[in-house]
Amino acid sequence: MMFDIEKVRADFPVLDQQLYGKPLVYLDNAATTQKPQCVIDAISHYYEADNANVHRGVHTLSERATAGYEGARKIIAGFFNARCEREVIFTRGATEAINLVASSWGGANVRAGDEVLITHMEHHSNIVPWQMLCEHVGATLKVVPINAQGELIMEAFEELLSERTRLVGVVHMSNALGTINPISTIIEKAHAVGAKVLVDGAQAAAHVAVDVQALDVDFYVTSAHKMYGPTGIGVLIAKESILKTMPPYQGGGDMIRVVTFDKTEFNDLPYKFEAGTPHISGAIGFGRAIEYIQSIGFDAIEKREKELLAYATAKAEVFDGLRQIGTAREKACVLSFVLDGVHPHDLGTILDREAVAIRAGHHCAMPVMDFFKVPATARASFSLYNTEAEVDALFAALKKAQEIFA
Amino acid sequence: MFELRDLYQQVIVDHNKSPRNFGKLENYNHEADGYNPLCGDRLHVYLNVNSDGLIEAVSFEGEGCAISVASASLMTEAVKGTPLSEFSAKFDMFQHMVTADLEEVPDEEVLGKLAVLSGVREFPSRIKCAVLCWHTLKSAVTDSDEVAKTE
Ligand SMILES: Cc1ncc(COP(=O)(O)O)c(C=O)c1O
Repeated sequence: MMFDIEKVRADFPVLDQQLYGKPLVYLDNAATTQKPQCVIDAISHYYEADNANVHRGVHTLSERATAGYEGARKIIAGFFNARCEREVIFTRGATEAINLVASSWGGANVRAGDEVLITHMEHHSNIVPWQMLCEHVGATLKVVPINAQGELIMEAFEELLSERTRLVGVVHMSNALGTINPISTIIEKAHAVGAKVLVDGAQAAAHVAVDVQALDVDFYVTSAHKMYGPTGIGVLIAKESILKTMPPYQGGGDMIRVVTFDKTEFNDLPYKFEAGTPHISGAIGFGRAIEYIQSIGFDAIEKREKELLAYATAKAEVFDGLRQIGTAREKACVLSFVLDGVHPHDLGTILDREAVAIRAGHHCAMPVMDFFKVPATARASFSLYNTEAEVDALFAALKKAQEIFA
Repeated sequence: MFELRDLYQQVIVDHNKSPRNFGKLENYNHEADGYNPLCGDRLHVYLNVNSDGLIEAVSFEGEGCAISVASASLMTEAVKGTPLSEFSAKFDMFQHMVTADLEEVPDEEVLGKLAVLSGVREFPSRIKCAVLCWHTLKSAVTDSDEVAKTE
């Protein structure tokens, strides 16, 4: 499909507004993306026409709600090329999906003396659950170092990997640096020592195609809200063979088959891991968001986003006093930087008054900030609807910030 | 419309660039840490109160955004040489100024130079930056071992 930027922008109603008399320039897509009208409509339609609980009623609305919810699961399974829908577990988001794995799989499989290997560029959500697990069972958390470009040091990864490694947790695309990690190689090497791999796809899934079977990944997690879908919903995609052996994460309705006070028989996959009334409209919106991505296609998306990052990077390289944080060869969509004499937090405020929305802070990746010896960075993150003119507006606003502090 | 220059007044830019009373005091009898995890701002204040209860010397170290550094710098100027017993009232006065209704005109007679920070009212997410140093100084005054936060 031809990529028509004007048409794409028109799909996102929120983009069409002014702040402080200037057109909104939304460059905080790594925090959350905007939602296309079709997603908003799918959610509204569900509440306007089909709202009911799922898997519980024989009445028409309940059947419609169930069809919508399960239809979304099917779309998601197809998108990630899961073997079947039983491998798709709805969660509140990437964070809950990681906690599910750490708690359920980790609790049953990680023992004292074992190791969990993560990387220096993980989001806090792929650090803390493992830290908690290791503390709880007496295992050791090991960390793969990064280099000055913000890339994993693969030799160190191989050295840290051992028979003791039970799980490798790695981010597919770093939210703080933009780095895209060689997850295929990582998975292969981890499997060679018998370790399982969890890939945090919270950033990646909207920007690069993911095939969980080709990757042979054990656990892949992501959040809908970073993929043009609603907040409060995400997925864990995991091998059925592993999910089958895992104890439930939470107990409650939907995850059971028979309950007596003596014993409970758990439900089949994927319901065993979906206790309680789920986020039905969220799942439906998520499914619609994925169809939206599919309608544009990753060939067009990747090409367009590469173009835009290259344009922004070229500007950043010649901008006086700007230091980029994260210059990996393989990266996407993220321009993280510090500016001499202007604290990122002040930049955030000044840019906001120019109607340019960026994130300033540690990006939930404090170890990355420590590595680069900065308290925070300013981060512009791009999406398929951003334009070169918006990149220009960003740099014009940076100039203005420098003038204020001159 | 409220302009950026109302927040980043020259005084603030200047105090950010060359903060007053910056560094560790040689002699001090109170100190405290302040931390704003949201922005990563870190402050450490040192305080020397003499036997007459006067704040003889005060200083700060740390890193942060322009608002937090300038606010700390202005705070040290505002409390230096004043009786410790007046600190609590100053603290309340500052806190009030940065959270008051926008219509309320800050009383420059009372607030002095601190009034330049009244602009943060327009920027709710930045109020924390301005008050962090005051919370930290309060911790120092009360000899609290806890790292000061703004919530
Ligand atoms: C790389 C990465 N992992 C995990 C998360 C957590 O996602 P959520 O907060 O949606 O659970 C994020 C979101 O900021 C992220 O960027």
